Amino acid sequence: MAKLKLAVWKFASCDGCQLTLLDCEDELLEIAGALEIAQFLEATSAIDDGPYDISLVEGSITTAHDAERIRAIREKSKVLITIGACATAGGIQSLRNFADVEAFTSAVYAHPDFISTLKTSTAISDHVTVDFELRGCPVSKHQLLELITATLAGRMPRVPKVSQCTECKLNGTVCVMVAKGTPCLGPVTQAGCGNLCPAHGRGCYGCFGPKENPNPQALSAQLADLGMASRELRDFYRTFNAGAPAFAEESKSHE
Amino acid sequence: MSERILQVDALARVEGEGALYVRLKGDEIEKVEFRIFEPPRFFEAFLQGRDAHETPDITSRICGICPIAYIMSASQAVEQAAGVSVTPEIHELRRLIYCGEWIQSHVLHAAMLHAPDFLGLHDAIKIAEVNPDLVKTALRLKKIGNSLMEVVGGRSVHPVNTRVGGFYSAPDKAKVKALLPELEWGIAAAREVALAFAKFDFPDDEYDYHFVSLKHPDTYAICEGRLASNRGLDIAVSEFNDHFEEEHVARSNALHGRMRDGSAYLVGPLARYANNYAQLTDGAKETAALCGLGEVVRNPFKSILVRMVEVQYALEEAARIVRGYEEPRPAFVPVPPKAGEGHGCTEAPRGICYHSYKVDDDGRITHAQIVPPTSQNQPQIEADLTRVVAANRTMTDADLQWRCEQTIRNYDPCISCATHFLKLTVERV
Repeated sequence: MAKLKLAVWKFASCDGCQLTLLDCEDELLEIAGALEIAQFLEATSAIDDGPYDISLVEGSITTAHDAERIRAIREKSKVLITIGACATAGGIQSLRNFADVEAFTSAVYAHPDFISTLKTSTAISDHVTVDFELRGCPVSKHQLLELITATLAGRMPRVPKVSQCTECKLNGTVCVMVAKGTPCLGPVTQAGCGNLCPAHGRGCYGCFGPKENPNPQALSAQLADLGMASRELRDFYRTFNAGAPAFAEESKSHE
Repeated sequence: MSERILQVDALARVEGEGALYVRLKGDEIEKVEFRIFEPPRFFEAFLQGRDAHETPDITSRICGICPIAYIMSASQAVEQAAGVSVTPEIHELRRLIYCGEWIQSHVLHAAMLHAPDFLGLHDAIKIAEVNPDLVKTALRLKKIGNSLMEVVGGRSVHPVNTRVGGFYSAPDKAKVKALLPELEWGIAAAREVALAFAKFDFPDDEYDYHFVSLKHPDTYAICEGRLASNRGLDIAVSEFNDHFEEEHVARSNALHGRMRDGSAYLVGPLARYANNYAQLTDGAKETAALCGLGEVVRNPFKSILVRMVEVQYALEEAARIVRGYEEPRPAFVPVPPKAGEGHGCTEAPRGICYHSYKVDDDGRITHAQIVPPTSQNQPQIEADLTRVVAANRTMTDADLQWRCEQTIRNYDPCISCATHFLKLTVERV
């Protein structure tokens, strides 16, 4: 059987999620043996114009050109999977969605007229059909390997949609919010990072985005009891998954 | 007069998206532009009004390859604005995780992105087909850098354990000490890879660069010292804007860094090596000598060797810190909200990364400025391209294009950092 053709694409992002693929040092040569890497600009100058069996897409849509480019990629890809918070929710750059982008441009650039950008930073699924979304800022190496293995085997990847609280319980991590009063987004955030922040004594900051059926209103009430002001609450939901609907909506209720 | 047009739509093996445009009329070079048109993400703008303590985590998302550079420069700037200094133990631990970033980023670039240029191959996977042991050694080296970042920072891309004032928790002593055997293996392995790369056929090219880097009397500067150059610059980090400026040009979404007199300068491994050679370890100096490098390297194509010398240095430095490691108590110094202005500058793998913030009484950002290394190198990259095209006009289009791409990769340009799609167009009219 011919090897499946893999393409890796980048939109507005930091490159960290594609880097996670190159960070699979123990598995990289095996992955390269199991798949044909047809397009992966960050890693190879060999370019195959497609079509592709699997496209992994990093980054969000912030320009009219990129909105067209993702549609062309979708047409050439049997399976399209988005990787990371930029691709699944618009990323940190989606903070522009809550502000005046023209003011943003002139704050950074001396000649705003040279810059062409959309008013919003949006998820790939706002533009084309996405077959699977892998969360994280960045994605987890283990989940990425599971995704590739599952896709090669033709099954759905096993990626739990439970909360970060579940990961704390499974790892025996003491609740930072109950024990120390540290504000934590764990109750509304999807698990999968490997229980990183609470295990390091800090509150979860939501880099895997909202869990399935989250209840952020209840969490906000608890956070307010811990002493967080409205502005702090608003910013707490407004980071790397600010554009995810559950977080965006909750943040607006604290404006 | 001969008319030739060369065009490449995407330059590969760089981090981010950019373009190159070269136009030749006969033997005359009409235009050389290194364009960055990765879409802008407006970090400086949306930082306004945010809590200063959020700047390390938020700015780390500028770059997944060098998050520590952003975390450390931001932390330094916010600490300075509040008038707080960290303890020597915390500073040492910051150097340790920074060594991890240098190792993984340098090995990624040297072995996987840059070495293929010298071998006429498309990628490291192709190198693995002809020299599997070299690629396996490089991957193991890269993994050491990532492991170091994971043990100290929780994960290698966007670490979570770092914060303004230090670390959320002290890395576990046993886990830190357990890194030592691999670090010791890596010191010899880095030399082995450097010597393998030293056999490459390097293009003849030399330029009298203005090398700018941090400099510290006692150590090979990473996150300490003053800004210095081979032409007598010697200033405090807080004086950055008195000597450097950023220009916004129509062709690029990154600002171009220049000296106040308009001249180009170079940041990164060649600059650090030239300015701080004396502070390298004996082992790193010996590897440099075995690779045929003098105390200053002016051939930009040999930056791949200097990167490997720095990898060895970072491994030796990490091993030193690990041997003496005791869990810092406290793991962080409190940084209460206070109005002020602060500056931070550290050596990202690609060169100095400068941050400056103004903070109000509530500890919120009122002004942010971030100057990443690649935007500073952009004018020098264009100057190098002009020189390389001029010297190689007799080459075929395909060869000249390859050489131009290689010239850009000499800088390990992090276009995501500089803001970011690389398209290469060589037009001959």
